[in-house]
Amino acid sequence: MTAITLGKGVNMGLRAAMEKDPKVIIMGEDVGKLGGVFRVTDGLQKDFGEDRVIDTPLAESGILGTAVGLAMRGYRPVCEIQFDGFVYPAYDQIVSQVAKLHFRSRGRVKMPIVIRIPFGGGIGAVEHHSESPEAYFAHTAGLKVVACSNPVDAYWMIQQSIDSDDPIVFFEPKRRYWEKAELDESVAPDGLFTSRVMREGDDVTVLAYGPMVKTSLEAAAAAAEEGTSIEVIDLRTLSPLDLHPIFASARKTGRVVVVHEAPVTLGLGSELSARISEECFYFLEAPVLRVAGFDTPYPPSRIEEEYLPDLDRVLDAVDRSLEY
Amino acid sequence: MVLSQRHKWETIGAVHATLVDGAARLPPSAVPAIPCIRRPKGARVTDAAFGPDLGEVFGPSHEGGGPDLIQLLTPEGERIEHSEFSFDLGDEQILGFYRDLVMTRRIDTEATALQRQGELGIWASLLGQEAAQIGSGRALRDQDFAFPTYREHGVAWCRGVDPLHLLGLFRGVDQGGWDPIADKFNLYTIVIGAQALHATGYAMGMQRDGVVGTGDPDRDAAVIAYFGDGATSQGDVNESFIWASVFNAPVVFFCQNNQWAISEPIERQSRIPLYQRALGFGFPGLRVDGNDVLAVYAVTTAALQRAREGSGPTFVEAYTYRMGAHTTSDDPTKYRVSEDLEHWKLKDPIERVKAYLSRNGVADDDHFAAVEAEAEEMAVHLRKGCLELPDPSPLDIFDQVYEEITPELQVQQAQFAAYLSSFEGAHASEQGARP
Repeated sequence: MTAITLGKGVNMGLRAAMEKDPKVIIMGEDVGKLGGVFRVTDGLQKDFGEDRVIDTPLAESGILGTAVGLAMRGYRPVCEIQFDGFVYPAYDQIVSQVAKLHFRSRGRVKMPIVIRIPFGGGIGAVEHHSESPEAYFAHTAGLKVVACSNPVDAYWMIQQSIDSDDPIVFFEPKRRYWEKAELDESVAPDGLFTSRVMREGDDVTVLAYGPMVKTSLEAAAAAAEEGTSIEVIDLRTLSPLDLHPIFASARKTGRVVVVHEAPVTLGLGSELSARISEECFYFLEAPVLRVAGFDTPYPPSRIEEEYLPDLDRVLDAVDRSLEY
Repeated sequence: MVLSQRHKWETIGAVHATLVDGAARLPPSAVPAIPCIRRPKGARVTDAAFGPDLGEVFGPSHEGGGPDLIQLLTPEGERIEHSEFSFDLGDEQILGFYRDLVMTRRIDTEATALQRQGELGIWASLLGQEAAQIGSGRALRDQDFAFPTYREHGVAWCRGVDPLHLLGLFRGVDQGGWDPIADKFNLYTIVIGAQALHATGYAMGMQRDGVVGTGDPDRDAAVIAYFGDGATSQGDVNESFIWASVFNAPVVFFCQNNQWAISEPIERQSRIPLYQRALGFGFPGLRVDGNDVLAVYAVTTAALQRAREGSGPTFVEAYTYRMGAHTTSDDPTKYRVSEDLEHWKLKDPIERVKAYLSRNGVADDDHFAAVEAEAEEMAVHLRKGCLELPDPSPLDIFDQVYEEITPELQVQQAQFAAYLSSFEGAHASEQGARP
């Protein structure tokens, strides 16, 4: 058992995947000598060489476009997009090529590409460094989208994503990179496309992923002191959604709050709300509520703590659900 | 072997000098006005400070292809010498090219007719570009890989793709009926220029596989990326140039400059001849007569060989003309003059080969008739096959989104199936198109 950070968890997972399969390669801006701006790829180029850990030119479409060709040649590229707000130049390659080639070729072309994106706010960064673009990708058929919330999941989920023959957008909660947890490699991981009950409760279900899992768990701990029992589910997989544990919890508590940093309109909360109302209509005691970013561009960082959902806003929604 | 061992890539370095020569041949209208540099007080600027007079140097087209156009077979069917490139194969090979050209044009005319009769939704004609495609396509070896746009029907022919498989996309029954991995010919790419990056990535994979620069002709491999003049404005194409350059990737960028991007002339894409851009990215650029199958073959063979040997990318601009519309949905009479078309008709890529073959007694009318007959037979096969292409089942759309269908998609598929079968007496497959 060793205590590792979330960033180290991804790093160790990448290393394990590269040791297991020589076709796994890493590509991105500053991922080589520097080890990435968050040091997530630290030491990998030194140990696996410049052919497998590629410092690319500064062009995100180029990273994804060449990854498509490498995948067609049998490689398993793990592409790092340096920050969430820099993924848009690659959006066309991701949506029009990476996501569709398997379908267009009737399965003859495989796209085992992982797109790592540090996402979310809370680190006091300048604009374009704090966004939550996951809904764009979850909306795109042909992609799978996952988000890790803790070091142990980071370690396993990155390996499982690299193992997948489908393209996966892998969101890493950048403000949690330095969170620590004990990793016991002898404990078998959950499947990649499963959600997980992080804390059991009876009164209200809180659904979260990525950076908001910790916030939600803190909210649940605070609520417990006030006598409210919150069940927290970490979605882990955003596309496809693992809905059965969510439906089971919604039926149990009758009250659901969805939490994410991304703007509220057409975010994951919208889909979850719709699906829960379709499947659990007669079990609900209150409408599904959403705690999310506002429908504004991400604000200047001096006010990001006000913008971002926090413990109090989660509990405010929990109270409104209970009072409904 | 085809390659002239004399070709000198270092001559590319002299491109700058030829720019000035080339500009002298430009019609005045093609030279955009450059604003005068106003000299601020207290600062001295010489006339030479910003290099050559750009108004004189830049120009998107050279009359007749310009001074650097590589040609080995004239429009009249005469073989001519070039200082750097030569076609060293025999007449047997040229007979083969002739058959390829005729068959390719026949595929194109049949597909156009099928579209006109409502059997295809749309067709992207290659009329006029047969030599650029056959010349480059025949330069490929089995181990090479081609990344086409949606117009490379001639390259598909060279790769052994059944022409019938080209029609599925345009008929709307599939999105490419061939196996891109097995045929080493990617699916058609409709997003302009996206495939140039795929080609470069694939070439980087070849480098990592150790199939570049080994000296084994059966092992060393390269990639060819096709795109048009319009695509050279795309970010992806320019990024692919940078990638290929800095990683020295074994890729040939084969640009068919057919002068038109739907309705936009080359002048809207570039103020400099396209092949001259390559130098700025750090690799050679050449302009070849795209209607001359011998020159295209010689130049592409040399460029591919250079890539296979580990000498990196080359940009080949095949200077040609789109004789038809962009696609069957387009109306070129709205934006271009018929004189241009008449002018380019005289440079037809097939007629010049035919003229060479008959003038030199390589082939007679019987031979030409036999090739025509073979093309007709193929066209019949194509038409019959097209009409028999089965529609896909609406329920099949769920199957190949992922390696394995997800539980969510299984639910949607089952709901869709139940909905379709709720129409009494109707086959599910017919319901997708109900009025």
